[in-house]
Amino acid sequence: MSAPRHRGWFRGYAIGYLVFLYAPVVLLPVFAFNDSAIIAFPLTGFTTAHFGQLWAAEAMHGALVSSLKVAVAAAAISTVLGICAARASARYEFPGRRPIIGFIMLPLVLPEIIVAVALLVVLVQLGFSLSLWTVVLGHVLVCTPFSIAILSSAFLNLDRSLEEASQDLGEGRAMTFLRVTLPLVAPGIVASLLIGFTISLDEFIIAFFLTGTEPTLPVYIWSQLRFTAKLPGVMALGCLMLIASLALLGAAEYFRRRAQRQTGETGGYL
Amino acid sequence: MTDDDRPRGRALITLDRVEKRFGDVAALGGVSAEIMEGEFFSLLGPSGCGKTTLLRLIAGFDEPTGGAIAIDGQPMAGVPANLRPTNMVFQSYAIFPHLNVAQNVAYGLRRLRLGRAETARRVDEALGMVDLAGYGSRAAHALSGGQRQRVALARALIMRPRVLLLDEPLSALDKKLREQMQVELRRLQRAVGITFVLVTHDQEEALIMSDRIAVMFEGRIAQLASPETLYRRPVSRAVASFIGVMNFFDATVTGEAGGLIELDVAGLGRVAIPPEQAPGGVNGAAASVGIRPEMLTVLFSETDRAEHEVTGEVVEAVYYGDMTYYDLKLPGADRPATVSMRNTAGRRVLRPGDAARVGWGRESVILLAERGAGPAGR
Amino acid sequence: MTPGGSDAAGPPRPRRLALPGRETLRGLVLVSPPFLYALLLLAAPLTLVVLISFWTQDYLTLDRSFTTANYVTAWTEPLYVLLMGRSLAISGIVTLTTVLLAYPIAYFVAFHVERHKALWLFLITIPFWTSYLLRVFLWKVILGYNGVLNSALMGLGITEAPLTFLLYNANAVVLTLAHAWAPFAILPIYVALSRIDRSLLEAAEDLGDGPLRQFWRVTLPLSMPGVIAAALIVFIPTVGDYVTPRLVGGTDGLMIANMIQVQFGKANDAPLGAALSVSAMLIVAAISVCFLWLNHRFTRESG
Repeated sequence: MSAPRHRGWFRGYAIGYLVFLYAPVVLLPVFAFNDSAIIAFPLTGFTTAHFGQLWAAEAMHGALVSSLKVAVAAAAISTVLGICAARASARYEFPGRRPIIGFIMLPLVLPEIIVAVALLVVLVQLGFSLSLWTVVLGHVLVCTPFSIAILSSAFLNLDRSLEEASQDLGEGRAMTFLRVTLPLVAPGIVASLLIGFTISLDEFIIAFFLTGTEPTLPVYIWSQLRFTAKLPGVMALGCLMLIASLALLGAAEYFRRRAQRQTGETGGYL
Repeated sequence: MTDDDRPRGRALITLDRVEKRFGDVAALGGVSAEIMEGEFFSLLGPSGCGKTTLLRLIAGFDEPTGGAIAIDGQPMAGVPANLRPTNMVFQSYAIFPHLNVAQNVAYGLRRLRLGRAETARRVDEALGMVDLAGYGSRAAHALSGGQRQRVALARALIMRPRVLLLDEPLSALDKKLREQMQVELRRLQRAVGITFVLVTHDQEEALIMSDRIAVMFEGRIAQLASPETLYRRPVSRAVASFIGVMNFFDATVTGEAGGLIELDVAGLGRVAIPPEQAPGGVNGAAASVGIRPEMLTVLFSETDRAEHEVTGEVVEAVYYGDMTYYDLKLPGADRPATVSMRNTAGRRVLRPGDAARVGWGRESVILLAERGAGPAGR
Repeated sequence: MTPGGSDAAGPPRPRRLALPGRETLRGLVLVSPPFLYALLLLAAPLTLVVLISFWTQDYLTLDRSFTTANYVTAWTEPLYVLLMGRSLAISGIVTLTTVLLAYPIAYFVAFHVERHKALWLFLITIPFWTSYLLRVFLWKVILGYNGVLNSALMGLGITEAPLTFLLYNANAVVLTLAHAWAPFAILPIYVALSRIDRSLLEAAEDLGDGPLRQFWRVTLPLSMPGVIAAALIVFIPTVGDYVTPRLVGGTDGLMIANMIQVQFGKANDAPLGAALSVSAMLIVAAISVCFLWLNHRFTRESG
């Protein structure tokens, strides 16, 4: 329906758009390897010293460990909650199903600062001291909707007659869940864990409000952005984080495709 | 009613006024029947007639909202699917995609704790039974439609169920494969001697495979009989037109004499039939008769004779190669009658407008209690 | 002949009662952990924020007597009105530019890319796996005094001195946010476009529509649900964005979230912060509902 010359225009636009999208990301390695203490042009030379600095930055290591702890806990809890909600909405009819699921999905369309502020207020009122656990509470709230979105498609793609076949062949509910349901949605569970982990690792606002004495990695980076001298190190850190994120994303995609092969379904999270 | 219609042997499944409602909708309105040990029993009907609902109630996936189901004398109320002596071949086959063929077939053996060797032996035996010997290590997604069907069959049969339930097992296969599987399923059923309950919407499939067929419309059994009886002695216009093709003529019951029912049939004339040819009974004077296309004969030669004869005009001739189907306008009939003729050597094919002499015998006529504007069902 | 007729006259058997509650109960039990979590950690906190917005704070103690003073302040104090208005304006412009820029890309991938659709979608999403903070910060590097853009412009001889209007204003906020939310606009539009049945376009062509009319009469209306979703997905969170205005907005680019943070933090006036939060939520919700309602009417009339 479209003439080839249109395609040319579109392709040009698309490439221009990609340049816009990648402009900041490309600078990350550029300044991470630039032999200068300030983030500015012109470039002065090549160095890996900024990566070396990261080894010595004790505070950063602490923040990284905190972030990993929070991300693992948030991913695990939100995936468990996501399994419950996705299974309930995909398999059962119950009164108020849509509003209940809609309410659980609400953080998806709520500005994060509102979530952060509301949680902060309630925790302070109840006399909780802020810690990594309070960050986890907030992150679970934000990650659960993503888990539900991913797991819903996994549970919806599950042919119900497979579970019936298992019961027909003598297995009860529990064994059917273990032998059929769980293996078939496992790729979705892994993907949900990975996405939750990645979101939590990158989340700043909620962590900023709810963190106690131990900052998470984004909170640590935020504190470093004020100090010009620290910036090249932050760039190096950013590079490593990008690589780690892409590895996680690749793993998630791998599991999604495996799930597709298994169930013969097409379509992904997009 | 022939001898085939009387249930023989012992009832294995007893359905007693089984009802199933989904909200306000009655999917099954009180079905009673007995399914005998070792028989090939089919539930036949158009989609939405409740046949699959009934199968699922027998399997235990749903509970009836009224009535009772007993298998082997045991009431099944409250017994979940995993504890019933039934196994099912699903319409989608429900092959576990994360397991290979052998693991699929062995799925239900876990609870028996047979040990590795015995499990392997039984799996091999079951795969051999469905002609899939050596396929054990195949991945589920590497199977063709026909192979999936066989795996589903082996997986159910390995459980040695009292009843094997088959939910439209052949509907996903192409025509050739379907016809081949129909014969094979029948052979397999005779070999293992297990009661098969088949759900299908394909009347030909039901006729070919079954010992007895329950024809269902709108949540009720319209007729339960052997294939031959169903075809030759349908109890209603709906059953008659769902199974095969049937010509209907308006008829008037004029009286009874010498044990025979006297009829005046529009387009065919007067005839007297024995009560066996009124399987649905007689209900008032206004009735109709049904007659199958192959029971009407075009008399090509001057010397051909038949018990009854009428002359009509060819409206339409459809040539099928081995057969020709004629639509004939008969004087006094309100719509054309279909006649099928084998194209034997030397027999010519008539053209629209040609006059045709049609012969028929009184034993080919079925008296049906209702009149209708058109054929009910299909 | 009646099927199984012999049994029909038997004694009435006890009917098994239908248990409509069993499956329903399983569903409710299953959904309750996430639902309770959301009730405790979302509904309760939001309710408390609403309550607090009607209280007053004196240093660290809350005075729980009911007052609407915080709302009066929030809706009349010029600074707050300005910040709220600016937040909405910036978000509106960001939404508009993001969706307008995203549509051709989504269209390109959906209709012109034949074999490598997944690759293109992957390429579009990769930049967003960098830390959000760093992405925003890198825009500061691009737009800054010694930044990439100024260096390039001077290097090419287009400008003599570094441009100073690039950073620390509302434009910088718009640009950065438009970048940050790009994939969230592209993906829903792409999904809507790729669901369009191609035979509809062929039908339109067959009925005499040229490419432009086809687009206007078939493609665009059918992709509107994706456009609406994209607009809401971008609009709602950007109104409450904190990081971008803080890093690249300067004083002219600050938004309502920054003020909310100040009220809960340094200013120690949680009730006013709560009133500002609730006000922002209500306005955003009202705008979203209007938008959805308009879309509903639009699709009903055209479809």
